[in-house]
Amino acid sequence: MSFLNLKADRSKYPQRDADGKMQIDLDSHKFVKLWQGPNHPGVTGNMSVELTLAGDEIVEAKTHVGYLHRGFEKLIERRLFIQGMQTSIRMCVAEPDSNEYVYCTAIEELSNVEIPEMAKWIRTLILEMARLQSLVRVVPGQAGTFGLGLGVQWGVYMRELILDRFEELTGGRVYHMFMTPGGVRGLLPDGFKTRMEENLKEIESFAHRIDDLIFNNVVFKKRAVDTAVIDPSWIDNYGITGFVARSAGFNRDVRKSFPYLIYDQLDFEPKVMEYSDIYNRAKVRWFDILTTVDLIRQIMRKMPEKGDFKAQTPNVLHWTAPKGETYVRSESSRGEYGMYVVTDGTNKPRRVNLRGVSYTHAICVLEDLLVGVNIADVAAVMVSLQTCPPEIER
Amino acid sequence: MNTLIDRLAKLFSISDVVHQRPNLAFVTTPMENTIHLITHLRDRESFSLFVMLSCVDWIEDNQFQLTYVLNNPTEKIDVGIRCFINRDSATMESAHYLWKQVATYQRELKEMYGIDFPGSPRVDESFILEGWDNIPPMRRDFDTKKYSEETFFPRERPQSNDPAQYMKSKLYPDE
Repeated sequence: MSFLNLKADRSKYPQRDADGKMQIDLDSHKFVKLWQGPNHPGVTGNMSVELTLAGDEIVEAKTHVGYLHRGFEKLIERRLFIQGMQTSIRMCVAEPDSNEYVYCTAIEELSNVEIPEMAKWIRTLILEMARLQSLVRVVPGQAGTFGLGLGVQWGVYMRELILDRFEELTGGRVYHMFMTPGGVRGLLPDGFKTRMEENLKEIESFAHRIDDLIFNNVVFKKRAVDTAVIDPSWIDNYGITGFVARSAGFNRDVRKSFPYLIYDQLDFEPKVMEYSDIYNRAKVRWFDILTTVDLIRQIMRKMPEKGDFKAQTPNVLHWTAPKGETYVRSESSRGEYGMYVVTDGTNKPRRVNLRGVSYTHAICVLEDLLVGVNIADVAAVMVSLQTCPPEIER
Repeated sequence: MNTLIDRLAKLFSISDVVHQRPNLAFVTTPMENTIHLITHLRDRESFSLFVMLSCVDWIEDNQFQLTYVLNNPTEKIDVGIRCFINRDSATMESAHYLWKQVATYQRELKEMYGIDFPGSPRVDESFILEGWDNIPPMRRDFDTKKYSEETFFPRERPQSNDPAQYMKSKLYPDE
């Protein structure tokens, strides 16, 4: 074997047996096991990836979770419906409002509670604010995985602007719980729209600077283009949703296919691209920033000034739901975010099961996508799928 | 949705049809037919997207309910397929060959409920728990509080002193 011809040799191993399983013999010294995570700056949260390397190329990857597990779903089964709120929102720190929405909506649907029009507008506003604070952090974060840290710092600042508005509206910066079964907890504060508009102008300007800084950066392009390409045939086979599916040419957006709240009254078209590599997966989310800014403006312009924001509901301490089951979904910044809820006629849910985006994206998709990737690009691939481990170990 | 349910009723044994929303229905089918029905929905009815697989423990009936939620992206409708299996011999036919992510759901259900899916890839590998030696924790008869108390309490704590007494003994030993 010539050392000058390593690449050609790599294609010969690992050998596969008759069942197609890789035969990885670490004693052969052709392979190295390396754990990326759980304590690693290139891992997106409480998880690790067990990598098997041939040289610097990955031949096998396995996702490991279990570093966070608090048994959210088990805990909710032992709590009143209203108590489930505090637990359910913690299943995703980065964007907890999607949890609020799907949990509240499932309880309302199973209890036959119709929320007022005003509550729908405010819920939609909250969901879009949550999407924006998530996107402004992760889009420049994609370049951060290639060593371009400046955009990340800008992104953290931009996120803080939205968190300021969240604090003003809800009292909380990260976890909000402004939605509650039956509606929301209040109306917008005076002057909220003006301050939000100032923030949106700044974020819009930031988005264009990010375009110059990242998407025209030669290093970023060199490393992101044609890396970790998702074939369109994977989309249905792996259950890929959201921006990852849209970057591969599939117009999958729950806000369009299953319009909820007041999304059918808003004018928007999610960006769809044709080739899902790291570059396009970042670019499609960059377009999402602009779309979200526009959506927030539309919501603030079209929403009524006043109105009932909470429906009559049973006393939360004695709230029971008849026997039933439902599946409620929403579009988070990462993709389809759903919750399957079963009730049995008592004052506690029988089963609450989150369908997080990362359950598919960070396990079967990531494990297969990493094969053939250079070790230096692992963090970039994870961020390009926007993985969020708490969704896996609920 | 109604026409779909009618078509399915002609081919499969389905019951307990619940139209939860205009675009979401739940049906129950015997466990022997479940994978056939799911395969039919995928191949003949364009339910190309597997949404999730969940389990509900009906301990009072000694049954597990498995719910497969499928999505038809073209028609924009969902179907939830329920089947019931015995808790004491919890084994279900694997559907891992239909969609890639199904194996992950089945691996989790093996660990959390003790439901076996023979033939499913890596189904015996630990998913979240490591070295778990109790009954599967998501079963209703697993008592979280009792387990925590037995496993984590009482903890051995460093010896501590009553601050007032300690100060008195140090500062005013003769009093």
